Amino acid sequence: MAILVYIENIAGAFKKSGYEAVSYAKAIGDAIGQPVSALSIGKVGAASLESIGRYGVKKVIEVNTEQLHHFVNQAYAAVIAEVAKSIQATTVVLSNSFSGKGLAPRIAAKLDAALADGAITLPIIKGEVWEIKKSAFSGKAIATQEIAAPVKVIALTPNTFEAVEAPTMVEIESFQPQVAATDLSAVVKDIVQATDKIPLPEANIVVSAGRGLKGPENWSMIEELADVLGAATACSKPVSDAGWRPHEEHVGQTGLAVSPNLYIAIGISGAIQHLAGVNSSKTIVVINNDPEAPFFKVADYGIVGDAFDIVPRLIDAFKVYKNH
Amino acid sequence: MKILVCISNVPDTTSKITFTDNNTAFNTAGIQYIINPYDEIALAKAVELAGNGQGTITVIHVGEAASDPTIRKALAIGADNAVRIDARPRDAWFVANQIASYAKTQGFALILTGRESIDYNGSLVQGYIAELLGIPSVSIAKKLDIDGTSATVEREIEGGKEVVQIPLPAVIGTAEGVAEPKIPNMRGIMGARSKPLEVKEALDVPALSHITRFDTPPPRGNVKLIDKDNVAQLVELLHSEAKVI
Ligand SMILES: Cc1cc2nc3c(=O)[nH]c(=O)nc-3n(C[C@H](O)[C@H](O)[C@H](O)COP(=O)(O)OP(=O)(O)OC[C@H]3O[C@@H](n4cnc5c(N)ncnc54)[C@H](O)[C@@H]3O)c2cc1C
Ligand SMILES: Nc1ncnc2c1ncn2[C@@H]1O[C@H](COP(=O)(O)O)[C@@H](O)[C@H]1O
Repeated sequence: MAILVYIENIAGAFKKSGYEAVSYAKAIGDAIGQPVSALSIGKVGAASLESIGRYGVKKVIEVNTEQLHHFVNQAYAAVIAEVAKSIQATTVVLSNSFSGKGLAPRIAAKLDAALADGAITLPIIKGEVWEIKKSAFSGKAIATQEIAAPVKVIALTPNTFEAVEAPTMVEIESFQPQVAATDLSAVVKDIVQATDKIPLPEANIVVSAGRGLKGPENWSMIEELADVLGAATACSKPVSDAGWRPHEEHVGQTGLAVSPNLYIAIGISGAIQHLAGVNSSKTIVVINNDPEAPFFKVADYGIVGDAFDIVPRLIDAFKVYKNH
Repeated sequence: MKILVCISNVPDTTSKITFTDNNTAFNTAGIQYIINPYDEIALAKAVELAGNGQGTITVIHVGEAASDPTIRKALAIGADNAVRIDARPRDAWFVANQIASYAKTQGFALILTGRESIDYNGSLVQGYIAELLGIPSVSIAKKLDIDGTSATVEREIEGGKEVVQIPLPAVIGTAEGVAEPKIPNMRGIMGARSKPLEVKEALDVPALSHITRFDTPPPRGNVKLIDKDNVAQLVELLHSEAKVI
């Protein structure tokens, strides 16, 4: 019996959310006394593979088949399930990322497993029955999910479990999967990825702005603030609908749900559909010139005033802080 | 082309979410139900693809008779016929099995779902259906083009996007950007009444997960207002009190 954690990479570098999944799997392994193996699929350098040892996992299984250098949902799910069977895994952990959401149900079906999606806590283990919390009703509730099948798959929400360092040496083992041609029918045509920017779903700090900014030409101060803080930028729906910002920045009910440590909302009214995407942020700061803006009701800190006046001052204040 | 659109019935986005029975059940009293917003996108895309009599659209819903108004709305927007699998959804595995079992013999080229339902936010049904049918899938599509035998899909990845081509039949979960939701017109609403809505018995599939309890997220402390002439205080509080920088 063992635990398998699948760790995703972007262009050969493991994602932060992947390390979180490793650390989460290790915590479960320690709780139930089972060893953890980490699985990497794709072209990942030795240094990256070894970095998994930082989080206490001793064994890394590497699948570096040419055909799997790009993400192919069906094939990756098949490989993860095959490896899980080969080590007799009773628990498979992966990250509930965009790719992970596509993988988790397929892996669970292949392993006859029960699936806990969008996990935000470690399981409470009562023998076969595990209780794991997830966010529901677009952040308006927290649901306790119970899974009891002998094999369990857990998809961990990024940014909800902090990776804990527990350095150890790793042993890397390569694995040759049996990939069926029918699982390889998807062809990746193009990948556009800004590697210099922090991906929004993984960001610890998010600077977000809304229609209060008046027009796309005013985003340079938002980007500068984000730069100073090492933050990702986001926006409200009308802003991306108007083409002021790209759609992938839109957060809320119909956009992305984020859970950073710090969410700074500038010139956003705080409509319920927007809050649905941000209310699991740890700390919320709101800057709005209308003291009645609904966003203040869910904020931890607020400044009432004109964004065009406050944001430049905030940039200066954060710069002063950084230089200390 | 035959298209299947999976429709879920969810509380209106502005609903106040409360619970009953000692926080073990969702309180449906006074809740207005709507078509899941992402499923509206799927349906609008299907209407676009099936335009000018070039295809047919079936909508499928797993649920009880109380959802019929939602199904009629989907018919008014442009679906040709509807199927309701008569059961209270137990979990995503249960729902996907019902849909896959129906779809297996029908020869759909395309099965569309929303990226997720806004009640349980699982994003699971599409992957389960695809796995049960042994066909490719994309769980969150931002753009979708069909060229007869294959689908070209732009999907979101962390910090970017990926364009992937998959052969049909396939299952695709739609998100913002795929199509603009359509509002039914008078003719559609009138026509919907006479379109077929078939009710089928459900397969007995055990649920693999159960929600045993709901909690409301902890309320945030009252907002601390900071004077706009003293923004340095905010920086200080974020550092020493909130400990987030
Ligand atoms: C089904 C559905 C789904 C939706 N999904 C989403 C979603 O996913 N995400 C989303 O964001 N929205 C969503 N919406 C839209 C949502 O209801 C709001 O309309 C939207 O969030 C408002 O965006 P906003 O706050 O940027 O703009 P507004 O509501 O126009 O607010 C602008 C704010 O800026 C403030 N302001 C103006 N000038 C200044 C200034 N100089 N300095 C400081 N503040 C200023 C104003 O006081 C105001 O509070 C959805 C709506 C529906 C019906
Ligand atoms: N009861 C249901 N009946 C039909 N389709 C559903 C049902 N529940 C979910 N779906 C479909 O599956 C998608 C994803 O739902 P979920 O996995 O619950 O997030 C939804 O957008 C719907 O298209």
